[in-house]
Amino acid sequence: MNDIVNNPLNDSLDNTAEPRYAIGIDLGTTHSALSYVDLQASDGEQAVDAVLPIPQLTAPGTIEALPLLPSFLYLPHPDELPAGERALPWSDTEERAIAGEMARNRGATTPIRLVSSAKSWLCHPGVDRRAAILPTDAPDEVTRVSPLDASTHYLRHLRQAWNAAHPEAPFDQQSVTVTIPASFDPGARELTLDAARLAGFTPTLLEEPQAALYSWIQGSGGRWRKQVAPGDIILVVDVGGGTSDFSLIAILERDGKLEPHRVAVGDHILLGGDNMDLALAHFVARKLSANGTQLDAWQMRALTYGCRSAKEALLADANATTHPIVVPSRGSKLIGGSIRTELTRDEVTAFITDGFFPRVEASARPTVRARAGLTQLGLPYAQDAAITRHLAAFLARQAGATAELEGFTGRVTADHTFLHPSAVLFNGGVFKSGILAQRVMDTINDWLYMEGAEPARMLEGADLDLAVARGAAYFSYARRGGGVRIRGGTARSYYVGVESSMPAIPGMEPPLEALCVAPFGMEEGSELELPGQEFGLVIGEPVTFRFFGSTTRRQDRIGDVLEFWGPDELHEMNEIQATLPADGRAAGDVVQVKLHALALDTGTLELLAVARDGQRWKIEFDVRTAAGVQ
Amino acid sequence: MTQQTNLPGFFSRLSIAFGALFKSLGDAEFAARVRDDGVGPTAAPAPVPAPAPAPAPVVKPAPAPTPLRAPTPDSALQLLSLFQREARLIDFAHENLTSYSDADIGAAARVVHEGCARVLREHFTIEPVRSEAEGARITLNEGFDAASVRLTGNVVGTAPFNGTLSHRGWRAASVTLPQLAERHDARVLAPAEVEL
Repeated sequence: MNDIVNNPLNDSLDNTAEPRYAIGIDLGTTHSALSYVDLQASDGEQAVDAVLPIPQLTAPGTIEALPLLPSFLYLPHPDELPAGERALPWSDTEERAIAGEMARNRGATTPIRLVSSAKSWLCHPGVDRRAAILPTDAPDEVTRVSPLDASTHYLRHLRQAWNAAHPEAPFDQQSVTVTIPASFDPGARELTLDAARLAGFTPTLLEEPQAALYSWIQGSGGRWRKQVAPGDIILVVDVGGGTSDFSLIAILERDGKLEPHRVAVGDHILLGGDNMDLALAHFVARKLSANGTQLDAWQMRALTYGCRSAKEALLADANATTHPIVVPSRGSKLIGGSIRTELTRDEVTAFITDGFFPRVEASARPTVRARAGLTQLGLPYAQDAAITRHLAAFLARQAGATAELEGFTGRVTADHTFLHPSAVLFNGGVFKSGILAQRVMDTINDWLYMEGAEPARMLEGADLDLAVARGAAYFSYARRGGGVRIRGGTARSYYVGVESSMPAIPGMEPPLEALCVAPFGMEEGSELELPGQEFGLVIGEPVTFRFFGSTTRRQDRIGDVLEFWGPDELHEMNEIQATLPADGRAAGDVVQVKLHALALDTGTLELLAVARDGQRWKIEFDVRTAAGVQ
Repeated sequence: MTQQTNLPGFFSRLSIAFGALFKSLGDAEFAARVRDDGVGPTAAPAPVPAPAPAPAPVVKPAPAPTPLRAPTPDSALQLLSLFQREARLIDFAHENLTSYSDADIGAAARVVHEGCARVLREHFTIEPVRSEAEGARITLNEGFDAASVRLTGNVVGTAPFNGTLSHRGWRAASVTLPQLAERHDARVLAPAEVEL
């Protein structure tokens, strides 16, 4: 109902109506949310915002509007549900896949039909992300979906929920922002944008830690100017359900105004709150099995829920010593069949506080085990569960992040082994526990103390669950001129690999050089041309380049060629590919092209091959490969 | 104020409370009684015999047959289904407690309590009728809402009434039950489960 949609292809042309709302979507690994700012009612830093309750199936034939949409997709068997039981308020046909709360519930007992963590798959470089590969362990008769399809499904669900609630303001005519992890590479960013286009709209992308800071700025109602000062370096620690993400944001003063600058982003770490609950559940299950009680998959899920609430209770109250957990029986005999156990403070401290947030030295680094030769096709989960160790590595790698920033010169001396943050902003449900937030603060302050620096302070008043969606809506609003903007441009520099022109030495590969094709900090809307270098591309034949990114090399300019680089400096990403269609030229002809880098307003990067006559071709970041290549 | 003898124990109270909740939801007449005199089953003042004979000669008692609202079983069934799904309430109420130890019952009661609390929290906004602390002296002025405040004990004289607040009362400020699909059979409170 009310779901009149423009053709996605020409919706940018149809955007004649002035948007009424600025919409922010948090497309999370485990949950998605939609927040919006009423543009007509907002002025300056006073933004009027709200969170859209999202109607979704919570049980067969039962629709509830919940603030969060669990990012799970369930692919039911044709006989599994009676007719009409999976219809959504806006759908006139049966949905093939079910998203949201019911998908999560059903999937817990029938995991072979459940798609989860689609977002982590979307940035998994080893798989073809447009190929139907999920669920990975589904039997052949289940029609699988691609990571892109799953993300599209969630976004379409949100768009339809909006249109049902606001028929007067169609979704694709509003100003929409979708958030992504700061660590997403250009390929994953583009796939997220593609998912949105397939869902019928074209959003702007925003990094999640930035969204968290926007939300904090908005929540402070203008008082944020008193809480930070020029010279401050804010560390955003965002531990979500499935991923951890770090960013550094420096506060500059320009023309008498405070201006936040995002100066660094961390690597993609597949480690989050859900891992903690699961770790506890497995620990408790082992304890039970030592006493002769075996749990099945259904009971494991109940135990995981039980462990989550026990963990939250014990981590919220420092004086509580134990918390009971009851795993209800599966059959209808509740009393005789339930299993009672408990979680103690010592166990939570050992597993969560010390396991995921150990007090380590600033010199600690995450341990990396060599992967077994034949790894199963799966997500590259973090091998070291200690978030504080990942944090130490991030800060050390970014020790020089502010060296060239105006107003920051001279603040970092040679004996700083890591970048010293002066304030910390937490995001993610994990930090509802004051004990965990305090543990991270204590650890960072130990590091700062050892180098004779002032302790960092915690920025108060963050909304841990909905900050990202709210911040995204505020950003949509701010970029229309309403409020504070975080600057910073692209968070990486990018390189293509070129073989150096050296005489061939038998038995040795020609050494690789890295040619900088997009420098660090390109502001959105800017275009740069690679000077000098021309490449000969053969019409109709795909040309692939090895592609690298760096989060630390800030000085490289476009066209710079690196012969040597540190082991941690450059990270190889998926190959990129240029295919020149014939378009009036003869196949087999060689065309001389120059490379252009474009930082788009949508928050994505584009590489173009530009011929001498001005003809342009896009270079694809997301090259379709056979699944499982790594 | 009144006699303090033979009070029901915790589990009996739990059962009475749920009994009253569901009976109120399903039975408008009963709900009206709870509303009017609050005592529930014991008072039973003969279900308003439709005063067909005298065609309303007096002004005070409502004239004509009092229209009764028909209960809507769907909402009641839906709520039951939620209590079963989240709190296993039907399983719990159907068990015979005599053969179990209090420890076993206590373990199950945690499931029921936690789940019921969740259902109440997620689907109702329940707030006290009176914000004062229980035991406080309060004054009810003339024209107070007799539907939300019940006078007990020595009920004589005229307003303002002075008394002690013995229960703060509860009011559902909002109810948000899930929407149901057109052909959804609400009578299935919990489907049978078959593991393949």
